Amino acid sequence: MTDTRTPLLRMVEITKTFPGVRALDRVTFQVDPGEVHGLVGENGAGKSTLMKILTGALQPDSGTIELRGRPVRIPDPGTGQRLGIAIIHQELTVLPELSVAENIFLGREPTGPLGLVDWSRLYRQTQALLERLDIDLDPRIRVGELTIAQQQMVEIAKALSLNADLLAMDEPTSALTERETEILFRLIQGLRDQGVTVIYISHRLEEIFQICDRITVLRDGRHIATRPVQELTPQEVVRLMVGRAITEMYPPPGQAPGPVRLEVRNLHRPPRLHGASLTLRSGEILGLAGLVGSGRTDLARAIFGVDPVERGEIRVHGRPVTLRSPADAMALGMGFVPEDRKSQGLFLQMTVRQNTVIARLKELSGRLLGLIDFRRARTEALRLVEELDIRTPSLEQTVRNLSGGNQQKIIIARWMARAPSILILDEPTRGIDVGAKAEIHALMRGLADQGVAILMISSELPEVLGVSDRVLVMREGRIVAEFHREEATQDQVMLYATGSLERLPGPPEAQA
Amino acid sequence: MNELQAFLRRNGVLVIFLGLVLLFGFTVERFLTVPNLLNVARQTSIVAIVSVGMTFTILTGGIDLSVGSLVAMTGAVAALASAQWGWPLPAVFLAALLSGAAAGALSGLLVAYGGLPPFVATLAMLAAARGATLVITDARPITGIGPALRAVGTGATLGVPNPVWILAVVSLVAWGVLGHTRFGRHLYALGGNEETTRLAGIRVNRMKVAVYGISGALAGLAGLILTGRLNSAQPTAGVAMELEAIAAVVLGGTSLAGGSGGVGGSIVGALIMGVLSNGLNLAGVPSYYQQIIQGAVIVLAVVLDSLTRRAGPLRAG
Repeated sequence: MTDTRTPLLRMVEITKTFPGVRALDRVTFQVDPGEVHGLVGENGAGKSTLMKILTGALQPDSGTIELRGRPVRIPDPGTGQRLGIAIIHQELTVLPELSVAENIFLGREPTGPLGLVDWSRLYRQTQALLERLDIDLDPRIRVGELTIAQQQMVEIAKALSLNADLLAMDEPTSALTERETEILFRLIQGLRDQGVTVIYISHRLEEIFQICDRITVLRDGRHIATRPVQELTPQEVVRLMVGRAITEMYPPPGQAPGPVRLEVRNLHRPPRLHGASLTLRSGEILGLAGLVGSGRTDLARAIFGVDPVERGEIRVHGRPVTLRSPADAMALGMGFVPEDRKSQGLFLQMTVRQNTVIARLKELSGRLLGLIDFRRARTEALRLVEELDIRTPSLEQTVRNLSGGNQQKIIIARWMARAPSILILDEPTRGIDVGAKAEIHALMRGLADQGVAILMISSELPEVLGVSDRVLVMREGRIVAEFHREEATQDQVMLYATGSLERLPGPPEAQA
Repeated sequence: MNELQAFLRRNGVLVIFLGLVLLFGFTVERFLTVPNLLNVARQTSIVAIVSVGMTFTILTGGIDLSVGSLVAMTGAVAALASAQWGWPLPAVFLAALLSGAAAGALSGLLVAYGGLPPFVATLAMLAAARGATLVITDARPITGIGPALRAVGTGATLGVPNPVWILAVVSLVAWGVLGHTRFGRHLYALGGNEETTRLAGIRVNRMKVAVYGISGALAGLAGLILTGRLNSAQPTAGVAMELEAIAAVVLGGTSLAGGSGGVGGSIVGALIMGVLSNGLNLAGVPSYYQQIIQGAVIVLAVVLDSLTRRAGPLRAG
C-alpha cells in the first residue's frame, strides 16, 4: 500500500473456515480514518463473516487485526465495543417499549437517590447527544412509535454514545424508503465530517457509489480489489463481484402473451386499495411498480385471498371468483411468493426437502392411510433442486443455513411443484446478490415461457423495466399508468409513481 | 375525540371493569354496597398480589406456573411458624416471604443457568412445592393460628381490610420499581430483546433469578394472608391460582411475549375476575356456570382490548 496515513483498521490475512466452507481465505481489509468504505460482494462472499470477526462475534482461524496501528484481540462483542467498534445490523435491535433515551443509554442510565432513574438527566444527556449528531428526535418518545429509519438512527446514536469511532452498517437501507435513505446518507456524511469511520455494506451499488469514498470487493472469501470510487464504475464492480462480465443482466423478452388468466376490477380495501384493476395474461411477466405504501403488496395479498376486500371483482380464467383464503386462491392455480421470505415464505428450521414438498403433501400421500410416501417426496425434491439449480450440500440441509438467493429459489420450487398457472412474486430479489438475481429472473422467464402468468412487484426500477413485458405503476391504491416493455423508462415510471398524472389505455376488454 | 380514543385505547381494561361494576350495580341487589365492595377487595387482594409477581415474570417473556403451589407451601410455613413454633408476626412474615423467594429463585436458577424454558422449570416447581406442602402439613389442615396472623387476613385498618393495604403497598412499590429503577426498566428491555440487553452489559441471568424470586416472595405474602384469612393452612390452598393470576395479567394488557405491560393493568385484571365472581354469586348463578362465564369474559376482554389497540388494519407491506 502506498498510503502514507496509518490506517484506522487493518485486518491482515484473515482466514475463517466453517465445516465444509472456507468463508474467508487470507483476506486483508484496510480502512482509513474518516472514510466511508463500501464493502461489496455476492451473498456468501464473506462480508458478514468479516464483520463478525471485526466486532468480536466470531474468531478467525488465523490472521491479525490492527486498530490505529496497534495489534488487538477481539474475543467478544464487549471488547469490540470498548475498542470503539460498533455494528448496525440489518435487523434492528431496538427495544420498542422503551424510550429513545432508554434505548441509547440502556444499562448506563443515570440514577439519583434511592437508585431511581434520574429521568431529567437522562433526557438532557440524550438531547445533547442527538443534537451533536444532528438527529431530530424526542428523547422521551417510545421507540415503537418511530419509523424504521428513525429507529435506525436510535441505533446509530446508541453506537456513537459508546464512543464508537468505527461504525459498520450492514444493509442499512433495505427497509428504508428513498426519502429515509437520503436522511440516513446525510447523517452518515455528518458523521464522517466529525471523524467517524464507516464501513458500509450494501447490495445496492447506486448507494455505494453515492456515499462511499473507497470500495472493497470480496468474492468467494477472497479479497479482490480495494479502490477509490472515482476509479470504478458500477459495471466494473459487478464484474469484480461475480468474476465475469454481466453484459446481458436481464433475460430477453418472451413470446407474445396468451389468453387472459387473471382479471382484477376495481378492488377496494381501505386504507390502501382504492379501485385497483389489472389484467394478467398467460406467458407474460407483469411488473408492478410504485412507491412503498402505494398499495402494491396489499393488491397482491388481496388477489391471493390473504386479506378480504371491501368490494371489487376478481376473475380467474374468465370466471368470477370469491377468495376467502389463500387455500381458495391455490385451488384456482395461484401461487404467491411473499415479500418477507424469512417470516412468511420459509420454514427456516426445516430441511430443503421438507420446504420444497410441503405444499404438495396431499398428492405425495397414500390414498388409504394418508401416510406420506417419503421416497416420492425425496425424488420430487431432488428433481426441483436440480431443475432450479439450488445450491445446497444435501436435501437434509436446514434452510436457515442457505443464502438468500437459494432460499428464494426454494420458495419458487415449492410453487413450481404445484404447477401454478398464476404466480405472484413480491420483491423476489430483495437482499439477493447479483448472480442469484439473474438466475431468478431467468427462472421467472422460463416459467412464463411455459405459459405461467407472472405478476412481479419490485421496488427496484431497473428490475421492473428489465424483466417485465408490461409495467403497471401504482399510486395511492390504484393503477395509474401502464407501459409496454419498450416504452417504459425509469423517469417515466417515477413520474407517475410520485406525481398526479395518469396514463391508462382503455378498459381491459378493448385490448383483447 | 382523539384524546378520548387515545384514553380508551390505553385504558380499555379499566373501562371494561367500570362497565362490569355498573352492570352489576344496576342489576344485582346488594352489589354496590360498601360492605360488599370491601369484601370483593379483600377476596381479590390475594390473587392480585400473586398477579403482581406474575407481571414481573411475564414482562421478561417468562411465566411462573408454581405460584399456586407456593401459596399453599408458604401458607403452611406461616401456619407452622405461628401455630406450632409460636413465632412473633415479623418472623412469620419473614419465614413465608423467604421460603417463597427461595423456591422462586430456584426456578429462576433453572431458567437462567440451567437453560430450562420457564414453563418447564416452574411446572416442575408447581409439582414439587405441592408435594412439599403435603409433607409439611401431613395432608391435613394446620389450625391454631395466632391472633396476630389472623388479623392480617381478617382485620381492617381505618375501615379498609388489611389485605387491601398490603396490596396497595405492594403495587405501589412494584409500580415504582418497574417504572423508575434501572432493574425495572431492564426488565422491559429483557422482555423486548434479550440479546440487546445482554450486549448492553446487563446481567440478564441474575435478573431472571431475581424476577422468579420476587414472584415467589409475593406468592409467600399471599400464602401468609390466605392462612390468616382462613384461620388455617389448607394443603389444597391455591390450586389453579396460577391460572387466575395469568388471566389477570393478560386481562391487564401485559403481553405474554414479554416487554410490554405493567402492574396497574394486572390489578384491574384481578379486580375484573373478582367482581365477576362476586356479582354472579350475588345474582345466584351456580358456580359451575360462573367458570364458563369467566372463561368467556377473558376471551372477550382480550379480543376487545386488541381491537381497540390496533384501530387500523392488520399490518400489510
